[in-house]
Amino acid sequence: MSKLHVSTTVNGDAVEYLCDPRETLLDCLRDKLNLTGAKEGCGTGDCGACSVTVDGRLVCSCLMLGVEAEGKQIETVEGIADGDILHPLQKKMIEYAALQCGICTPGILVAAKSLLENNPNPSEEETRYWLAGNLCRCTGYDKIIRAVMDTAAEMREAS
Amino acid sequence: MDYHSPASFAEASALAANASGITRFLAGGTDVLVQLRSDLVTPDTLIDIKKINGVSDITRNADGSWTLGVAVTGAEMSEHSGLGRDWPGVVEAMDLVGSTQVQGRATLTGNLCNGSPAADSVPAMVAAGVTVMVTGPGGTREVAVEDIPTGPGKTALAKGELISAVNIPARGERGGDAYLRFIPRTEMDIAVVGVGVNLRLDGDTITEARVSLGAVAPTVLLVEDCAKAIVGSALDDAALDALASAASAACNPIDDKRGTIEFRTEVTGVLAKRAAKIAYARAKGEDL
Repeated sequence: MSKLHVSTTVNGDAVEYLCDPRETLLDCLRDKLNLTGAKEGCGTGDCGACSVTVDGRLVCSCLMLGVEAEGKQIETVEGIADGDILHPLQKKMIEYAALQCGICTPGILVAAKSLLENNPNPSEEETRYWLAGNLCRCTGYDKIIRAVMDTAAEMREAS
Repeated sequence: MDYHSPASFAEASALAANASGITRFLAGGTDVLVQLRSDLVTPDTLIDIKKINGVSDITRNADGSWTLGVAVTGAEMSEHSGLGRDWPGVVEAMDLVGSTQVQGRATLTGNLCNGSPAADSVPAMVAAGVTVMVTGPGGTREVAVEDIPTGPGKTALAKGELISAVNIPARGERGGDAYLRFIPRTEMDIAVVGVGVNLRLDGDTITEARVSLGAVAPTVLLVEDCAKAIVGSALDDAALDALASAASAACNPIDDKRGTIEFRTEVTGVLAKRAAKIAYARAKGEDL
């Protein structure tokens, strides 16, 4: 089987790659574009460590093929900071020590950013449901939820 | 594996009809990719139907019925302003499937074609009287949702056939639907029992009802005895008890780590009562 040519946009940059049709978007991001922020935790859409947005929609990049990215706008954790300036979510995750091993953190950041874009004033319950597909085995979630809630409050004040 | 992204259902059907080996259609991919990645099902031919015009459209027709494209995601259904007002049970059932990420991709059609007896959206669709358009080499026909699954992981779709649209009936006056499931946690789990109820009232009296059970038999069930138990009643305690008995009597579940036969049978009756109460309240115009 010959490889397929894909043109897509990742974090605002036009990119191209050749992929086997069985390769997932996650494989293509990590192995072809060297964007290793998204992690493969389970490979079956349960853990959320591979979360990215596609045309603004939060998805698991392990549950989407690389060829399906043709013509789409992909956003990954690498696009969250503005150069050396961390996004407010990233600052709060550090401030709250909302991570230990860090494997889940890129997915949590992408998912939480997507939440705040959809709902700038989420309740704790809404935040917990939105992030229910992002598993963390270190923190017990509480610090993550508090960091996201505090970021939301801060971003509302700033806007 | 050959990957195709045809521009029409006729072309998709022809590709599938002429393919050898294992063929899978790709919409949201939340089942197909899991099976592919875990080496359960490795298709020889993968047909991505998302490039076909209209597959992401949610359309309210002139008669009040709804037509959903086969790639409409759970998130798009939940975000739609009108669909959930007409059919809250169908929308809530789909919304129970998976996480935010999975909702961004998963579809009603995929949930149906995956053939799981525990699929959450399927009992809700059966209760609502949803039909699907099946396109094959011989043209397109309309099939009731309850006639699609034939067993765990199996469907009535023949080689070269695929679902090309989902039709949800007009809600009409004084109608309401609901879907409830039991899982041992609050979120992100597979139904141990699922019950969909859809009914219509004249005054306080139920004039029409459809009750569907999931995860308690090899396929989704449409249980006529459940409908008979409540039609003609105002959903009083006697009707509710009769409904619960009929629902439990229809169960033919398996014993597994998620629930015993006895547990599933008992819980089916309990959920049937609760779902019927919600559907009844919705039919009366209460916002639940």
